[in-house]
Amino acid sequence: MEKNNIIEVRDLVVGYGSDIVLENISFDVEEGEIFIVLGGSGCGKSTLLKHLIGLIKPISGRIRIDGDDISDCDEATFKKILRKIGVLYQSSALFGSMTIAENVSLPIKEYTDLPQKSVETLVKMKLKMVNLNGYENHLPSEISGGMRKRAGLARAMALNPRILFFDEPSAGLDPVTSVELDNLIIHLNKSLGTTMVIVTHELQSIFNVAHRIIMLDKQTKGIIAEGNPKYLKNHSDDPFVRNFFNRKSER
Amino acid sequence: MEGFKDFSSCRYEISESNDGEMTIYLEGRVDANNASSLIESFGSLIRDRSPVSLVVDLKKVTYLDDFGALVIVELRDMMAAAKGEFNLKNAREEVLFVINSEAIAESPKLIKMRPPSLFVRFGDAILKYASDVKYLISFVGSVCLAFTYSFLHPKSLRMDDTFLYMQKTGVDALPIVGMISFLMGLIMAFMSSIQLQMFGANIYVASLVSLAMTREFGPIMTAIIVAGRSGSSFASEIGTMKISEEVDALFTMGFDPTRYLVVPKIMASVFVVPILTLFSDVFAILGGLTVGVCMLDLTANAYILQTLKTLSLFDIFLGIFKSGVFAIIISWVGCLRGFRVKGGAASVGQATTSAVVSSIFLIIFFDSLFAVTLRFLK
Repeated sequence: MEKNNIIEVRDLVVGYGSDIVLENISFDVEEGEIFIVLGGSGCGKSTLLKHLIGLIKPISGRIRIDGDDISDCDEATFKKILRKIGVLYQSSALFGSMTIAENVSLPIKEYTDLPQKSVETLVKMKLKMVNLNGYENHLPSEISGGMRKRAGLARAMALNPRILFFDEPSAGLDPVTSVELDNLIIHLNKSLGTTMVIVTHELQSIFNVAHRIIMLDKQTKGIIAEGNPKYLKNHSDDPFVRNFFNRKSER
Repeated sequence: MEGFKDFSSCRYEISESNDGEMTIYLEGRVDANNASSLIESFGSLIRDRSPVSLVVDLKKVTYLDDFGALVIVELRDMMAAAKGEFNLKNAREEVLFVINSEAIAESPKLIKMRPPSLFVRFGDAILKYASDVKYLISFVGSVCLAFTYSFLHPKSLRMDDTFLYMQKTGVDALPIVGMISFLMGLIMAFMSSIQLQMFGANIYVASLVSLAMTREFGPIMTAIIVAGRSGSSFASEIGTMKISEEVDALFTMGFDPTRYLVVPKIMASVFVVPILTLFSDVFAILGGLTVGVCMLDLTANAYILQTLKTLSLFDIFLGIFKSGVFAIIISWVGCLRGFRVKGGAASVGQATTSAVVSSIFLIIFFDSLFAVTLRFLK
């Protein structure tokens, strides 16, 4: 079965003012795949993510999310696009004054007509999905970093968006928690068919979860590799790409 | 069998047997788009027909996420409430897992973050007050130690930061202090002139404005403005540093956070707030002068002479001394509240509010102390 491209990026130029970070970037993300954007520090991974989720407008180029151009659209289309995406921020970005359950229920109450009792049941189901049952009434400051990540994921998943964006999901997590989060990402991808776009440079996570990757480079300000990470590890033409996947320092 | 009921991308069909068994045949996608309409529709269906038992057939369901599972859970709960039987047919394993998950039933009831009862709040306030007093004493000690160290080792004083805070607290506040003081002088002269004109004592407007401003209102108004501008900024700056672990970083790098963060702020405030007060006095007298010249037929010369005759150096220095004390209060309370921040963004907001409110209260309180003390000294 042929898959749709749920994200299409064409000739994208991004940067801050006159400082160009990435230029002439073009790639597609297929529906239902786990797509990883990686690269060394300062190569523009997070900048690209901020453009994909519409936080920053690109200097030029197009970003189509499910057919709609997020870089050049009216307010109503932009809101429509936002309903299709969920974002898990690096710091989880949970609202500190609300309990975990209130954080998760916020988008559900805002965008659905479910009665209060159903919202509560749904929130419990969402938290069960990320193994946080029992922590409904805790404040974000009362739980660990890994739990906050999972709570952030439950909030990002609140309305079952078609695309989930992750900014450095493994950052600051211990290896066990990191693997648990990877497994959760794979499980959600399989069970709900959610497209996942992940920005990371954690090699183990990349090999665990990625269907396909693109690798960005600071010097060329573009994509230097695209494909399956396990293949690129040994077969890439670029020695930098091979070194990256094999944790070697020389270029 | 009854006709289909359509909901976006999903529909259902019902069949009922004579012994009260109802079967719902669900078809299509059951997701976030139709969950609430389905729950509402099934609710009224079960209320109207009160089936003895209900079977939900999921054979033709193409997609069912947790919103879909919620619909099934709600149906099960409705039947349980009506003491009826509930069964699922052709359900996939993961759906059964979610629905039968005991975790949902076991998880605690969700609570809304409401303020606790009056009794609890009262107890909480006492505990918080006790802890505040304890911290306050240790903070006084810490600030005194930091100042002693800075005087003994002047090179350790962060002069760049001190100058920066002098600019932020003093120079940047001058326009607003000048404007408010000018208007205060104007209002005071205008209001008093109405009474004094009746006795032909217009000239005493100058005495009233100059004395009231230099001794009381100049220092108080300036201090209140500085508390609003800089006290709040000190609290939010240190509070944000506290929650982003910058204060911890300073500590582990071997810096004394009090010496590093508090001393420059207090030094800068003590230096610039009295100067701001002097400006405030001048602008208020100018305000009074404007009313005197424009409305009371006084000459500028007469007004200034009367002002000089009224004011003694003691009055001016008293105002300056008071504003120095107020500067210590504002910067000290601002920093103290900043260091008390715990948790997240909301706590920074509370600290900022508390810094301003406590500063204003202490300013007025100390001003009354000065008034009473002076009364007895004379």
